[in-house]
Amino acid sequence: MQYAILCYHSEDVVCSWTKEEDDAVMSKLMVAQDGFAKAGKLGPVARLMPTTAATTLRKDSDPPLVIDGPFAETKEQLLGFYIVDCESLDEVLGFARELARANPGGAYEIRPVAFFQSGAASSAEMA
Amino acid sequence: MTDVPGIEKILSAARPKAIAALVRNFRDLDAAEDAFQEACLRALKTWPVNGPPRDAAAWLIFVGRNVALDTLRRKRKEEALPSEETISNTEDAEGRMAEQLDDAHYRDDILRLLFVCCDPVLPSNQQIALALRIISGLSVKEIARAFLVSEAAMEQRITRAKRKVGVSQVPFESPGAVERSERLAAVATVIYLIFNEGYAASGGSAHVKTMLCEEAIRLARLLLRLFPGEPEIMGLTALLLLQHARQKARLDADGAIVVLEDQDRSLWHSGFIAEGLALIDKAVRHGRPGPYQVQAAIAALHAQARHSEDTDWEQIDLLYGTLERMQPSPIVTLNRSVAVAKVKGPATALAMIEPLDAQLSGYFYFFGVKGAFLMQLGRISDAKVAFDQAIARANTAAEAAHIRTQIDRLIRESEKGGVTAIT
Repeated sequence: MQYAILCYHSEDVVCSWTKEEDDAVMSKLMVAQDGFAKAGKLGPVARLMPTTAATTLRKDSDPPLVIDGPFAETKEQLLGFYIVDCESLDEVLGFARELARANPGGAYEIRPVAFFQSGAASSAEMA
Repeated sequence: MTDVPGIEKILSAARPKAIAALVRNFRDLDAAEDAFQEACLRALKTWPVNGPPRDAAAWLIFVGRNVALDTLRRKRKEEALPSEETISNTEDAEGRMAEQLDDAHYRDDILRLLFVCCDPVLPSNQQIALALRIISGLSVKEIARAFLVSEAAMEQRITRAKRKVGVSQVPFESPGAVERSERLAAVATVIYLIFNEGYAASGGSAHVKTMLCEEAIRLARLLLRLFPGEPEIMGLTALLLLQHARQKARLDADGAIVVLEDQDRSLWHSGFIAEGLALIDKAVRHGRPGPYQVQAAIAALHAQARHSEDTDWEQIDLLYGTLERMQPSPIVTLNRSVAVAKVKGPATALAMIEPLDAQLSGYFYFFGVKGAFLMQLGRISDAKVAFDQAIARANTAAEAAHIRTQIDRLIRESEKGGVTAIT
């Protein structure tokens, strides 16, 4: 089954990391992902820009309303996600725990994926 | 991240919110700072054991208030002190506090605090110092180092600023729309000044300079998070990100200035550029242009050129024209002339800046640009006079050395028939 791991963390904290601190976390995360990547269990991985770059299209009105900022103001913000292919929730949790050791603080929300289309725009340069 | 450096990050990230709420509570900057300081000490004691709370700012505000009340009680000797556990064990209180401390609440508190520090009655160097001390929480020593003054002098500057700004004079009710936008504009100006202080090529170590630029970006993002729909705040944030993206390429190994044209563009920070471009894209949709958006758009055109030859000077000239109309200033015209020289040639550019002579007679960059145009026109001896004037007006030895290097280069290039400008 495919799962999405949604990464929540305090943007105030993450945005105050220096370049060196940020690089250190990113490289620890790369190491943590390595096993899954080699086993072919790792799908797309994305880090999102700060919520200040977000735009929300409210489609509960007609025509839909464009609003600046994220959909919800929360204490911790959605800052990225992983798609993984796992046998069980336990396996995903194990992976998430490894990620957590590399990047403590905040939370991972694990959501089974109901429909997934990998699409063509998947190159690393897209970022 | 429950080790001490991790906790310090969390504390500094929570600082603006916490101080802002404590200022509302105590109506006094010093009292708010003291309470925050106390709360931080308790956090450093209890968080490594219990783990940091989910809402660090709410915890700090709650504990800060209690500690202050406590001190007050101790002074009055009215009742016995609550035990350490009572004060520190505030996890349960968070839920209750959440409703009082929603983001709308923080929003006006933080804007008020920013505005108090950026009060237009203060000279700009005091505004900057106060903002860095109170909101960013930089130490007096760090700020003093950034401004190349002694710690004692900086302490005095901050104390003087605190005395002048009356926290009580800024009303605590939610501001009206007009007032809010005036406050926003004042705060944006100070954030821009902080960034410029860090971006300026002269004075202070590279490390200190970077810290100021990063702090300005942090404040701009904070402001934008509070006011996500303000296109000028998007523009400001984009401008700072796009400028800061070039930071690594702006100085060579010896610390000498590398002009935009000569920068190794592979050293530019692609993440900051992408974020800056995304923000401009968002801002432009509002159809409410302003000076920050226009400057950001100019920076974006530079950022998007893979090689300096690819720069869209025509568009840059048009944008400077817009900026001149919005915010007429001889400096803007001078900057525009560099683009004009690229598009229409040095004669037109020179004619454009010659009337600025009287206004910019003390500005080294004016004579540098003028000299470059004269050189391109083959008026070598006039060019040399202008360059000498530029050197005489350089603020630092580094600036003078920079001009000399540029002159040498211009002379070499004019011999080869090349065209360039000192920027």
